[in-house]
Amino acid sequence: MIDLALVLEWVIKSLVVIFMLLGGFAYLTWFERRILARMQTRVGPNRAGWQGLLQPVADAVKLVFKEELIPARADKVIFVLAPILTVVPATVLAVVIPFGTQVILFGRQVNLAVADINVGILFLMAVASVAVYGIVLAGWSSNNKFALMGGMRSTAQMISYELALGLSFVLVALMADSLQLSEIVEAQRTMWFVVLQPVGAIVFLIVTLAEVNRAPFDMPEAEQELAAGFHSEYSGMKFALFFMAEYQKMIVISIIAVTLFFGGYLGPFIGRFPWLGPVYVLGKVVALLFGMVWIRATLPRIRYDRLMDLGWKVLLPLVLGLVLITATGILLADEFGNSLVWSIPVVSILAGFLTVGLVDRSLRRKFNALR
Amino acid sequence: MPNPWVFIGLFIIIAAIIPIGAIVVALILGPKKPNPIKQSTYECGLETVGDSLVQFKAQYYVFALAFLIFDVEAVFLFPWAIAMNKMPLYVALEGVIFIVILVAGLVYTWRKGALEWV
Repeated sequence: MIDLALVLEWVIKSLVVIFMLLGGFAYLTWFERRILARMQTRVGPNRAGWQGLLQPVADAVKLVFKEELIPARADKVIFVLAPILTVVPATVLAVVIPFGTQVILFGRQVNLAVADINVGILFLMAVASVAVYGIVLAGWSSNNKFALMGGMRSTAQMISYELALGLSFVLVALMADSLQLSEIVEAQRTMWFVVLQPVGAIVFLIVTLAEVNRAPFDMPEAEQELAAGFHSEYSGMKFALFFMAEYQKMIVISIIAVTLFFGGYLGPFIGRFPWLGPVYVLGKVVALLFGMVWIRATLPRIRYDRLMDLGWKVLLPLVLGLVLITATGILLADEFGNSLVWSIPVVSILAGFLTVGLVDRSLRRKFNALR
Repeated sequence: MPNPWVFIGLFIIIAAIIPIGAIVVALILGPKKPNPIKQSTYECGLETVGDSLVQFKAQYYVFALAFLIFDVEAVFLFPWAIAMNKMPLYVALEGVIFIVILVAGLVYTWRKGALEWV
């Protein structure tokens, strides 16, 4: 017999998470446009409502009333299905994230996570790789050369960066001794994993940028060469759905980064006021999102062969090395006392500097050969 | 406590309703005035030549093969990562040997020139 109140509680929690992501998406577009504008000494959208805060509403209304074009030569079923397939994984990623411990609400103990499953990390890995299908199918079904190239590029990018992503998940599993996300957060009570494994956190942030197709890795939709890439043929609401998927993925991937490396919902006074959990998550996520926008404003798009080289020849060997370093460090700490755990960050940072040095040398050599 | 996967299924259904609903609403509210020029394939003002659904050269074919190997490796590493420090030392060492074998494979692919973008 399933408890009806429990089902209701879970449905409400699911709806809260989904609408939080939708609202986050709407205001992330505003946030990004305002910040990019400020960084380029423009003003940005400031007409609709106070400080332009109603701009997302205006955009949504405009997009709903637009005509939806389906090219005559497109594969119509897949063409309509592709945006849905892109949005759903982006939302579903958020289901396993713990936003806090337990709070008392209407006399009930409410767990601030929709489904805290014991294989959380594997679930994240699986769903994150499903997300690329929508993009590839969109590119293929449009029957457009630009779109096909965009879809192809997104696959190539995914297979290059998924590896480093999976291995940085392994790093977290090594340090936390668990795949359950709430236990991973609890394992960071004494120390955030970004302190223990700073290079792993940096690799994770780079790789997630590539996973969500953000600048400087936005090759599948490179405006200047592919005319919007995989969504060239999309208009109106279907285009908005691709946009929504990208921004929701940005938000969710920031939440994942916060959970895995930056202490999740932990912060001062969390034991006494469990309601602070979601607030801390929000604060850390906004900081990471600001970083993503900053990177977009700063770095030019990376060349395509360089992108593949970075994934396969730099990040993959580096993160394999980090797995070995972390495993050794944990074993040493177990055998000869806990202070040896500090060998992990020290050796990792050395490995990081070594990698940067080797990349620098190889690029210099290429440059000199050209001269 | 019911199985949490039931609620993940429920969540997927709710998450799918939103994009489907958005497409349906736009279908009802948006104008529909198609014509052949509008529905032609976009190619920066040029007439499209031929079909795009051709046998396309996937340049990352070898990468895809290597990806398969290393992705399975990452999945194999998860149980090892969890159980490593609860088991005897040789279990940890076997994991290390596993990683070293795969690094050797990566070095081999690299030296063969399979990781060059052509």
